[in-house]
Amino acid sequence: MFATYLRRELGNRKRQTIIVAIGMALAIGLVILVSSISSGVKNAQAQVLESVYGVGTDITVTQTPAAPEDGAVTGPLFEFDSGAGETTDGTTSLTQSVLTPSRFGGTFDAATLDTITDIDGVAAATGVLELNNMTFSGEMPDITQGSGPSFQQGPPTSGGSDGAGGSAFDVDSFSVNGIDVDSTSVGPLTAVTLDDGRSLDADDTGAYVAVLDSAYATTNELAVGDSITIGGQAFEIVGIVSSTSADAETAANVYIPLDVAQTLSGNEGMLSTVYVQASDASAVSALADALEEALPDATVSTQEDLASSVSGSLSTASSLVSSLGTWLSVIVLAAAFLLAILFTISGVGRRTREFGTLKAIGWSNGRIVRQVAGESLVQGLLGGVIGVALGLAGIFAVNAIAPTLTASTGGQFTFGGPPVTTGGEGPVQGGGPVLSGGPLGGADAGSSTDIVLNAPVALSVLLLAVGLAIIGGLLAGAFGGWRAARLRPAEALRSVA
Amino acid sequence: MYQLTNLTKKYKARGKDVVALHDVDLEIPSGAMIAIQGPTGGGKSTLLQMLGALDRPSSGTITLDDRSLGKLGDGALTKVRAREIGFVFQGFNLIPTLTAQENVETALAPLRLSGAERRRRAIEALTSVGLDDRLRHLPAELSGGQQQRVAIARALVKNPRVLLADEPTGNLDEDTRDEIMDLLEGLWRDLGLTLIVVTHDSAVAKRAQRRLKIKQGKVTEAESKVAA
Repeated sequence: MFATYLRRELGNRKRQTIIVAIGMALAIGLVILVSSISSGVKNAQAQVLESVYGVGTDITVTQTPAAPEDGAVTGPLFEFDSGAGETTDGTTSLTQSVLTPSRFGGTFDAATLDTITDIDGVAAATGVLELNNMTFSGEMPDITQGSGPSFQQGPPTSGGSDGAGGSAFDVDSFSVNGIDVDSTSVGPLTAVTLDDGRSLDADDTGAYVAVLDSAYATTNELAVGDSITIGGQAFEIVGIVSSTSADAETAANVYIPLDVAQTLSGNEGMLSTVYVQASDASAVSALADALEEALPDATVSTQEDLASSVSGSLSTASSLVSSLGTWLSVIVLAAAFLLAILFTISGVGRRTREFGTLKAIGWSNGRIVRQVAGESLVQGLLGGVIGVALGLAGIFAVNAIAPTLTASTGGQFTFGGPPVTTGGEGPVQGGGPVLSGGPLGGADAGSSTDIVLNAPVALSVLLLAVGLAIIGGLLAGAFGGWRAARLRPAEALRSVA
Repeated sequence: MYQLTNLTKKYKARGKDVVALHDVDLEIPSGAMIAIQGPTGGGKSTLLQMLGALDRPSSGTITLDDRSLGKLGDGALTKVRAREIGFVFQGFNLIPTLTAQENVETALAPLRLSGAERRRRAIEALTSVGLDDRLRHLPAELSGGQQQRVAIARALVKNPRVLLADEPTGNLDEDTRDEIMDLLEGLWRDLGLTLIVVTHDSAVAKRAQRRLKIKQGKVTEAESKVAA
C-alpha cells in the first residue's frame, strides 16, 4: 500500500515532483562540481608542493634568517687576486664558482635534527642544506696592471672581448640541495622518478657525485657520466631525475651528498631545512605546535602553510573555490531544502481532507508521517540521482576544457635582469640579482609551473551528495509529516465539510 | 452499544465558545438503524464524530461497548476506528490518485494483512456493491453514485460493527440516492451493522428504525418505526 500510494502521489503531482527534484539536483550537482574542482585544485597544489618538498612531508622546519648588519656582505662574494685568470693577447679570462646557502633561508646546527626526531609524533625527519652555486666567468682587459677586484669603471683600454677595452661577463646560477644519503624516506628526492643512472645512496657519503633534474640536464646538455662543476669541484653525474608530477620540476637543479655540500659551502654541521613526516596525519597541527615550542627561533610550516606559498592563478582558483564556490553551494543547497520543505508543507495543506479521511478510517499518525516522509525522500533521492548526473557532467566538462593554471612557488633568487653595460662597450650579461619567491624560500629558483586542472570523481563525494539529498528529503518529510500529524481528524474533516 | 451521558462538546470559533452538543443523553443499541436530522450547524456532524471516535467530549461520557471513548488514548482510538467503525462521507472522500480497488485497500492497511489478502477482500467488497467491473478505475472516471459505492465498500471491507454515514446521498440525484440507500439498508440487514445516518433528506430518514432530531446541540426523539 505504501509503495503504491507513494508512486501514485508522485506520479500525479508531476510538476511539484519535478520542481523539487530539479532544485535538489541543481544543489547536489553544484556541491559535487565544487567539491571536485576543490579536490582538483588541492591536488594541483599538492603536486606543486610535492615537487618542492617531497612526498609525505607534513611539516618543514627552517631557520628564520637574521637581518644582515649594516655594510655586511650577504650575497656570494667573488674575489680575484691580482694574478688571477689567464691572460692571452691582452685579455684576461676569469672563472670562479661559489657555493653559498640560499639567500633567503638561514641555517641551523644539524643537532636540531636530533631535537626534532626526539619529539613525539615524528615518524621521520631528514635535513637538507639548500645552496646556490654561482659561476662567474668572463673576459676583460689585462688586469695584471691593476689590483684587486676589477669591476670599476674606467677609460677604455686595449684588449677585452672586442679588442677595444670592453668586457664580457657571464654569471651562471643553479640550485643545489645537499641530501642526507642515509635518510631518503622523506625529503625532496621522494617526489622524483629516476630517468637514468641511479639515485644517491648511503655509499655516496663523502663522494663527489651528483644527481641532476632532467629539465636542467636537458637545458645544459648534461648526461649521466658527464661532469659538473659545483663550488669549484668537479662532480660526476650519476643520475637524472624528474618530478613525479608531469607539470612540475624537482626541488633543485642538482642534488649532492649532504656532507659534501656542507664542506664545500663552508657550512659544516649545518642544515637549512628539516623535512618532517608526522606519525599521525590528524595530529600534524599538534606536532607543529610541539616543534614551535621546542624550536622557538625556527619557522615551522605545515602543508597548509606551504599551500599558501603557492601563488598564481592556481591560488586564485583555490580562493575562488573555497570562498565563492562553497558559499554558492551552501546557499543553493539551503534554497533547495527550503523549496522541498515549502512544497511538502503546501502539499499537506492541500491534502488536509485526504489525511483527515485516512485518519477517520484508522490510519495512525505514524503511518501518515511515513507516507509523507517517504514521498519527500523519494523526491530528494530523485533530485540526488539527477544531481549526481549533473555533477558528473560538470566534472566531465571541466576535464574536457582542461583549464591551465599557473602556480608559482617560493624560491631563492635568480639572475636575469636586462643586460647592462659597464666600463667599455661590452655588455655585461646577467645584470643585477632579481629577487623572487615566497615566504619559505629554499625551493627551486622562483619556479612557475603550468598545471592542467583535473577535477577528480570521488565516490565519497558522490555518496555525500546523495546523503545530502536524502537529508533534504527527510527534512522536508519531517516538516510535512509534522504538519500532517498535527491535523485533528475531526477538524480536518470539518474544514472541508 | 453506544451510551452517551451528559455529553457536551464545545469549540472555540473566532475566540468564542460554541456549544455544538449540549448535555446529550442517548443510548443506541447494537444493530440499530438510526437517522439523525436537523438544521445546518445544529450539531449533527459533531455528534457523528463523537460516535466515530474522531473527537473527545468536552464533558460527559460516551461509551462503546463499555469502553469510554473519551478516556482512550490516541493510539487506542485509532485502533477502534481501524477495526470497528466504518465511515461514509457526503463528498465520498476517495483518494483521487488511487484506483477503486486501491481506495478500498486503504481501509485494510492498518490491519497488517498480506497484499494478496488485501486485494482479495477489496475485490470482494467492490463486488458486493456491484463494482467488480470498475476495480481499476480512478474516482474521476466514476459517476457520483459509483464513487459512493466505492466509499461504502471501503467502509465495509474491514467488517466493522458500526457504519456512520454523513449525508451519504447529499451529492446524488434521487434515483441514485435510492440505489445507495437500498444498498446501505441491505447491507445493514445482511451484516447486522449498527447504521447511523446523518441526513437532511426526510426520504432517507424515513428508512431508519429510529429518527433523532438535533437542534442547537440538543437531541430529541422524532418518531420510530416498530419494525424495519
